[in-house]
Amino acid sequence: MATQAISAQAVGKRFRRYLERPTSLKERVIRWRVHAEDFWALRDVSVDIPQGQTLGLVGPNGAGKTTLLKIIAGILRPTEGEVTTRGRIATLLALGAGFHSELTGRENVYLNASILGLSRQQIDRLFDDIVGFAELEEFIDTQVKFYSSGMYVRLGFAVAVHVDPAILLVDEVLAVGDLGFQRKCLDKVESFQEEGRTIVFVTHAPDLVLRVCDEAIMLEHGRVAARGEPEDVVRDFRLVMAKEDLAYGWDRGTREIEIVSAEVFGADGSTRDWFAPGDEMVIQMDLKANTAVDQPVVSFAIHDQQNQLVYGTNTDWRGHRWLRFEGKQRVQFVLRSLPFVRGRYYVTFGVHSRDSTRVYHLLEHGYSFAIVRGEENPGLVFIPVECRVERL
Amino acid sequence: MLDSSPDRAHLRFRVKGTVLGTAADVMVRTSEAPRLSPLHRLRELWGARQILGNLVRKEVKVKYKSSVLGVTWSMLNPILYLAVFSLVFSVVLRNGLPHFPIYLLSGLLAWNLFATSLALCARSVVDNANLVTKVYFPREILPLASIGAAGVDFLTQGLVLLAFMVFLRYGVLGWNLLLLPLSMLVLLLLTAALGMFVAALNVRYRDTQHLLAVALLTWFWVTPVVYPSGLVWQTLGRHAVFKLLYLANPMAAVVLGFQRALYGVPNPVAHTASGPQVVHALAPVSLGWLALLLGAVALGCIILLGLAWRTYFRMSGDFAEEL
Repeated sequence: MATQAISAQAVGKRFRRYLERPTSLKERVIRWRVHAEDFWALRDVSVDIPQGQTLGLVGPNGAGKTTLLKIIAGILRPTEGEVTTRGRIATLLALGAGFHSELTGRENVYLNASILGLSRQQIDRLFDDIVGFAELEEFIDTQVKFYSSGMYVRLGFAVAVHVDPAILLVDEVLAVGDLGFQRKCLDKVESFQEEGRTIVFVTHAPDLVLRVCDEAIMLEHGRVAARGEPEDVVRDFRLVMAKEDLAYGWDRGTREIEIVSAEVFGADGSTRDWFAPGDEMVIQMDLKANTAVDQPVVSFAIHDQQNQLVYGTNTDWRGHRWLRFEGKQRVQFVLRSLPFVRGRYYVTFGVHSRDSTRVYHLLEHGYSFAIVRGEENPGLVFIPVECRVERL
Repeated sequence: MLDSSPDRAHLRFRVKGTVLGTAADVMVRTSEAPRLSPLHRLRELWGARQILGNLVRKEVKVKYKSSVLGVTWSMLNPILYLAVFSLVFSVVLRNGLPHFPIYLLSGLLAWNLFATSLALCARSVVDNANLVTKVYFPREILPLASIGAAGVDFLTQGLVLLAFMVFLRYGVLGWNLLLLPLSMLVLLLLTAALGMFVAALNVRYRDTQHLLAVALLTWFWVTPVVYPSGLVWQTLGRHAVFKLLYLANPMAAVVLGFQRALYGVPNPVAHTASGPQVVHALAPVSLGWLALLLGAVALGCIILLGLAWRTYFRMSGDFAEEL
């Protein structure tokens, strides 16, 4: 078994939301009883992160990602469970964490690096590298209150990666800064990976997870909702996010025609994400043309968990052709009887040109549904079978 | 969705301490508020001394960054006090204390370190919220850095006192100087204890700092900084209980110690127009008695510090949440 750099066991974190919390001694004296509401930001989270692994932590807002990171970093105390970490931790929790705006860049580097555990001599030695990495040679003796947010992040990141951490915890900061610096950060992350350091990323950027992470975890409502290969987790993450915001699915296209909403209904007309074999399903898309488009095709495709195409069709094949698409239109595909066996399926929605060379809007894996019930070991398709037995 | 139960199975059987990594690097955090083991924690704090140095430097720089006079401000404070109190006590009230500047500054030196430290301590955690919520480090560093920053003022004000001593050719060499390190020790213990206490309290109840300001004002006047404690003794006469009560204020003992060490004579002779006259400047207690008193106060302060430190340590785990 590889050495665990971070091991969290059944970690939970409860925050108390005070409805009327006395914030002064005066009030405290007047009112003794305090009404509080409990709110679990994390519950029963067990994560082992072996040394040298890069873990991506994704999840919708409020899922507890930052809370988990702060508990690992030792900033917050878990309400239940236990966290063990091995090695020096450098945290990058926000823009230039711990910088003081009145101090110059130089003074902040010394302050910040000492908090992260470097001695003065070590900082002296690394100082030029840090400033060079941040590309702030000219401004290093300027008070950081005059820095742009990009400069802030650059300096913060530069310090964090130079303190020789065994564990680097990064919260949603790489998205800032120009492309050149992002490139540099990713190079640094890669060299960290080669050196066998452990990295935990909190991010909303699925591409980043796919690119640098060995493993990913999705938190939802404070619990581990998915864990495994980055591809799998990112797919789940996109689905969760797509419910809130279509922009999180694999979303691309020229947007000449836009998919305004994409939904899946049951026979009763209500949105649902589970069906039984043989059920009726309606796939509905509302489309809006931003410019008039000649002969578009609206299509859907259904993939299974192994990303195999199970079925897909489009308006063209179903006998509906537009000569010219204008304004807003609603398209419904009615699947009379679902031939799917047990498992999870992913729906991709698209609108494109007839020859498919031009994609106007594509929501890959924009929705998922589960087929429940049916046989335990069902094979490939569901066939409605009637069983007759006669005595001869 | 993927299940994490296979991971959990081996977790349950993992024996703590069998995995590589030096003990110093391994951090275990549980739901229990950590128990303070002072020696172990002191070692940790010693390891974090660079942070302390940098934070003190930060405090001082931030304090004087946007001011023209810079650190000179901290010298101006005792000089202004001196001007005002000299006017009130020597000229208006005519208390007739010889070498009044030396008397006032020696007590004020101790008092200012105490009061400035506490005021800074109260805000230390709250003002450094961006550090506390973003990085882990031993939280005791924050009030300690406040005391350190006040210590810089202490040194500059000490220079002002020294300048007056040289200027007035005031000689203090003697056994009484031995009281200085003892008083200093008591002062630091007391300041650290109360500093941690107000720092932690202010995180939850933000009006602590305002209440503290009022408390310090009252405290200032029950401590013999500007008025002579000799006068208090004369007034209380034979009521030993009241005298003890007066000395129950640990700052009274500290200030007495500073004054005895630096001002020296309890009953100086003032040369007035009507001839030489003995003035009751300091409480007429022997050096040994004062040393014993300070020793007793030191013991009390050590206990107080232990309690305050433990409270602070336990509460500090939740600072990030409260801010």
